[in-house]
Amino acid sequence: METLEQIKAQIEAAVPGARLEIIPNDSPSAQRSLLVAAENGLAVAKFLRDDPELHLDYCSNATGVDWPEAELTEKIKVKKVVDGVEKEAEEVKKTVRPAYLEAVYHLYSMAKKHGPIILRLRTENRVEKNHLPSLTPVWRSCEFQEREIFDLYGIVFDGHPDLRRILMWDGFKDFPMRRDYVAPDDYEYEPTPHDDVLEKAKQHRAQEVKS
Amino acid sequence: MSAIAEPTPKNFELLPKDGDGELLEVAMGPHHPSTHGVFRMDVVLDGERVVKLKPVFGYLHRNHEKIAEGTSYLGSMPYTDRLDYFCSLTNNWAYALAVEKLAGLQVPERAEYIRVITAELTRLQNHACLIGFLVQDMGASGTPLMYAFREREKILDLFESLTGARMMCNYMRFGGCRCDLPDGWLAQAQKVVDEFPKFIDEFENFLSSNEILMARTQGVGVLPRELAINAGITGPMLRAAGINYDLRKVDNYGIYGRFQFRVPLGDHGDVFDRYMIRVLEMRESVKILQQALPKIPTGPIIDPKTKLRGFRPKAGEAYGRIEAPKGELGFYLISDGGPNPYRYRVRPPSLINLTVLEDMCLGQMIADVVIILGSVDIVLGEVDR
Repeated sequence: METLEQIKAQIEAAVPGARLEIIPNDSPSAQRSLLVAAENGLAVAKFLRDDPELHLDYCSNATGVDWPEAELTEKIKVKKVVDGVEKEAEEVKKTVRPAYLEAVYHLYSMAKKHGPIILRLRTENRVEKNHLPSLTPVWRSCEFQEREIFDLYGIVFDGHPDLRRILMWDGFKDFPMRRDYVAPDDYEYEPTPHDDVLEKAKQHRAQEVKS
Repeated sequence: MSAIAEPTPKNFELLPKDGDGELLEVAMGPHHPSTHGVFRMDVVLDGERVVKLKPVFGYLHRNHEKIAEGTSYLGSMPYTDRLDYFCSLTNNWAYALAVEKLAGLQVPERAEYIRVITAELTRLQNHACLIGFLVQDMGASGTPLMYAFREREKILDLFESLTGARMMCNYMRFGGCRCDLPDGWLAQAQKVVDEFPKFIDEFENFLSSNEILMARTQGVGVLPRELAINAGITGPMLRAAGINYDLRKVDNYGIYGRFQFRVPLGDHGDVFDRYMIRVLEMRESVKILQQALPKIPTGPIIDPKTKLRGFRPKAGEAYGRIEAPKGELGFYLISDGGPNPYRYRVRPPSLINLTVLEDMCLGQMIADVVIILGSVDIVLGEVDR
């Protein structure tokens, strides 16, 4: 299979105006990924699936990642002139990473038996601009997985045929997989669908005690 | 969290619209005996034919991923047993493989052999029991399942003497295994493996050419090839649809490249093919075990320098996957250099194989929904996580 750089060039040729970036991975796995701008997501996905060379017909894994705002510290070497002598000094550079939510897709090819190509799509922020294009029209295997990301992370997938909560109950507020989610002290106080049932049971019990 | 914009999901309209008054909505499960515990299907019926089917999940949801992100890498190992509680050893392997990819750990030869042997034993007992459950769903109450459980018992005895637990094995570690084989284990395992084909023959004599089984399964729940690929179906279900994709061959993870075995493929993609694929895969697993058991080398089972407690892999990410008995089981890990994984994701084969449940059931009889679900092979511990 081609290198990620070659694939990036191919996509840029096929999808005009596509903004792509290779995300490095320094760990021994060396699985680098391709960051795709949200507006190009669907076109890039279609190209990757339909290109006869790549033929990535199988989306194995789709998942969300939450990146809240964080201050990143990075040590960089700076050349400084101290008392007329040039010296290398270490400086700590601080950058603020803006908050965003991310959807990660692992693509393989069943026909050509290669992979993975890892796609990443990022939302603009974690609050109201939490929309991404759904890749379910391209790979059906994303159907339940994107529902799960919506359920647990709160990314809204535009173009998903049936986007609703999958694991949590329908009345649930909040998104439990986010880093800043605080679990309630007592789950009994969560508004469950059984609340009115419990209320009825209480009244029933009171009547029983009376009689 | 009040600042978060409220997404407005459109609730799926399951109720039949005015005008077609003959439709009936039935909730199959969560207490239906064929749903393997706590799975629900909202089915809309026209007479006995299914016109709509929506699976409902979450009854067993405990947010496995969140819990794992709050504990150390090693701390999640026993918890992976609870995903697919039938096949804890393959779950262990998938997780260990992902961490080994993330941290670049090497596995000693002997440990690789033990992994293959335990994984294939797991596959044998999973497939045997699945066939038992499937036939039970068809109405052959009890007996075939008990035959399968008799064989499973022997394999669980092996697991018990090796790991100390029958189902929650917690056996594999990053870069090897937890403990070495006890004395006489190999001879015991060899005996079980030698006797296993006799059980498969017996099972096949009873079932494979059984008229009722054929009538109930052939042409039922057909899964077309293109849909199977597009919907990410993996495992025996994919191969029953005729697609040659077995991660043991494709990825050659562990030492699977050294063994001679074939990948059985189906032709029609119906329930009968899914039954037959499992029988044939059991035969192939026996073949692998017959090659692996005599060749197991001596040596360490884990590098003693591996630091399991306080394990901190370098920042980065890795996706590791194996061919579990139910399909492709993957783990996706992101490390930020800390003692806990920043992101821990399980790619559950059971959940994703259910994507096509509606497509397979539409137009079928309500009684066949039960066998189609049975042939998918799900475990709710993994579906709901």
